[in-house]
Amino acid sequence: MKDIYKEHYKNFEWSISEEELEFKKGNIINIGWYCSDRICLKGKADKIALNYEGFGGIKRKYTFNDVRLAGNTIGTFLRNLGIKNEDRVCLFMDRIPELYFSFLGILKIGAIVQPLFSAFGDESLYVRLENAQTRAIITQRKHLFKVRKILDRLPHLEFIIIVDHVNTKSLENKELEFKLEESLPIENFDIFPTTAESPSVLHYTSGTTGQPKGVKHVHYSLISQYLTAKWVLDLRDDDIYWCTADPGWVTGTSYGIIGPWSLGITQCVLDAGFSAQAWYRFIEKYRVTMWYSAPTAIRSLMKAGDEIIKDFDLASLRHLASVGEPLNPEAVIWSEKVFGKPFLDTFWQTETGSIMITNFPGMKVKPGSMGKPFPGITGVVLDPKTYEPLKESGKIGLIAFKPDWPSMMRTYWNNEEKYREKFVNGWYLSGDRASIDNEGYFWFVGRDDDVINTGGHLISPFEVESVLLEHPAVGESAVVSKPDEVNMEVVKAFITLKPGFIPGPDLELEIMNFIRKKLSPVAMPQDIEYMDKLPKTRSGKIMRRLLHAKEWGEEIGDISTLEND
Amino acid sequence: MQKSGARRLEIFPHSKMINPLKKGFVYFNLNINFMEKINLEEMKDLVLNYVISEYIEDEDEKITYDTPLISSGYVDSFSMVSLLVFLENKFKIKIPPSKATPDAFDSVNSIVSLVNQYLK
Repeated sequence: MKDIYKEHYKNFEWSISEEELEFKKGNIINIGWYCSDRICLKGKADKIALNYEGFGGIKRKYTFNDVRLAGNTIGTFLRNLGIKNEDRVCLFMDRIPELYFSFLGILKIGAIVQPLFSAFGDESLYVRLENAQTRAIITQRKHLFKVRKILDRLPHLEFIIIVDHVNTKSLENKELEFKLEESLPIENFDIFPTTAESPSVLHYTSGTTGQPKGVKHVHYSLISQYLTAKWVLDLRDDDIYWCTADPGWVTGTSYGIIGPWSLGITQCVLDAGFSAQAWYRFIEKYRVTMWYSAPTAIRSLMKAGDEIIKDFDLASLRHLASVGEPLNPEAVIWSEKVFGKPFLDTFWQTETGSIMITNFPGMKVKPGSMGKPFPGITGVVLDPKTYEPLKESGKIGLIAFKPDWPSMMRTYWNNEEKYREKFVNGWYLSGDRASIDNEGYFWFVGRDDDVINTGGHLISPFEVESVLLEHPAVGESAVVSKPDEVNMEVVKAFITLKPGFIPGPDLELEIMNFIRKKLSPVAMPQDIEYMDKLPKTRSGKIMRRLLHAKEWGEEIGDISTLEND
Repeated sequence: MQKSGARRLEIFPHSKMINPLKKGFVYFNLNINFMEKINLEEMKDLVLNYVISEYIEDEDEKITYDTPLISSGYVDSFSMVSLLVFLENKFKIKIPPSKATPDAFDSVNSIVSLVNQYLK
């Protein structure tokens, strides 16, 4: 049997993707056009692009021509408001069709899409809109109250566009109604002539310190996203594809919109909460063939048991892949047992824009391994002291990649300094640690910083600690991860209380809800521990490391700098 | 270090959690002994009221005892933990993690049925 991975790796050039997309250096490249107009021009105008199912049994089907027209219509609406190229337009919606179409419409006018997770609370929303100086936000009625709450602090925000406004409600300052189904479809549209380095998408990601950073991507990212979707997700013309990620995060745009639609693939979206039964029913109903999901979801399905699977016909599934956190070997073995095929782990980040390390289809699967670098990607683990690649197999180091690949971030928005810090000795530092075995497979070890990866969502301890201090009862706070069976890790907060406040379960709930509403449910501490005082260095810095070690049952290491009583 | 859960004191009013008049319930925040005084219907109303006030963002949404909460996306799996803490605090029970499943939390009726198992 031919080793496809080796063959691709040996003969790889990014020009393979450019040629398939008929792109030549210096030409116009616009993701919005590639994901809709080009597919129609290729004779797939009537092919289903989106099977949408929302809560309450709402079902919609859209062809690629529908998607093209919807993108044009939204683009025209924005252009008529005066939104121009490189303006930031935020998408703050659940996974409704308008979210997907607006994504393309914004790109078609050359503006920058800023997708934000709709479960974000007002404070999370504020810091990201403020940082990006966003001009317009497209949202739903149900999320409007969060925007209204922070509007006074956002002088750059000029337009709040509501896609499901009802006349029984009144529109307030800067609010506008836009209803896709009531708008005249725009057939002919002048797409803004974006080029390879024109900015496209601004995704926000969390670091250990400071506020979230806006990761700037460009239209040329398509070259990576197209080919990785084709080769790793193994998308074929007759596939029915389901990516369970929310476009508020990078997987939901790179592989929930750009990858599949640039290939002209039919994809399905289920805009509802998690339920094993509902998910299996969805696969059965739409005859899903390729399923890209996340370890947390897979572990939740495992928890729901094997019996339930027997109630559904899941024979359509041909290929499964996973992203977001390391996929534990048990999940790989389980999926092989119940679906007849393993979930293949993929590793990449908001900053990398596309899959970097992967279990390539056809490659031997080692359960628990991240796989090998995608063809065209030079991936290594570096010595944490010298930043030189480790030659010895099995040694733990920092996962790093050699720039450039097409979808590499171009900068952090308004934070060139932080961007430069990501590169050492000519390597891009991912912030994750791993080892490489003697066959070149990468094995994930953990983060190299304090960022918490809960269910595939990166949470900054700094951000949670800052908001905790806004609660009237909290004196000091330290936030770390704690192990969790389903989400790999969850947020845990250690707090001291201000005088006059007494610890107790009701206060714990009060604080949990405070964070949930201000930041998001994923940032909410799932456990709060009251402390008389937090461990600090003699210079007064909170020693998160000690608290983390306590939660994970690890050695606490050097405590010579610990402040004495 | 003092782990939360050691004492039960109403020290910080849940002022933001609900506008009782809006939904027509007035006993939501009363610190009563549920074991003795609350009946099934009251328990259902209490949970429903809490869910509406804490998790439902659109006031036009019609939430009933049977409305799917988790599978509909009204309450996500992360937020479910805060709902669990609420139930444990309010009813002074301990629900094992293996029983706190998305299915068991998927409607007010199923939640109340779960709580009832631990009240008895």
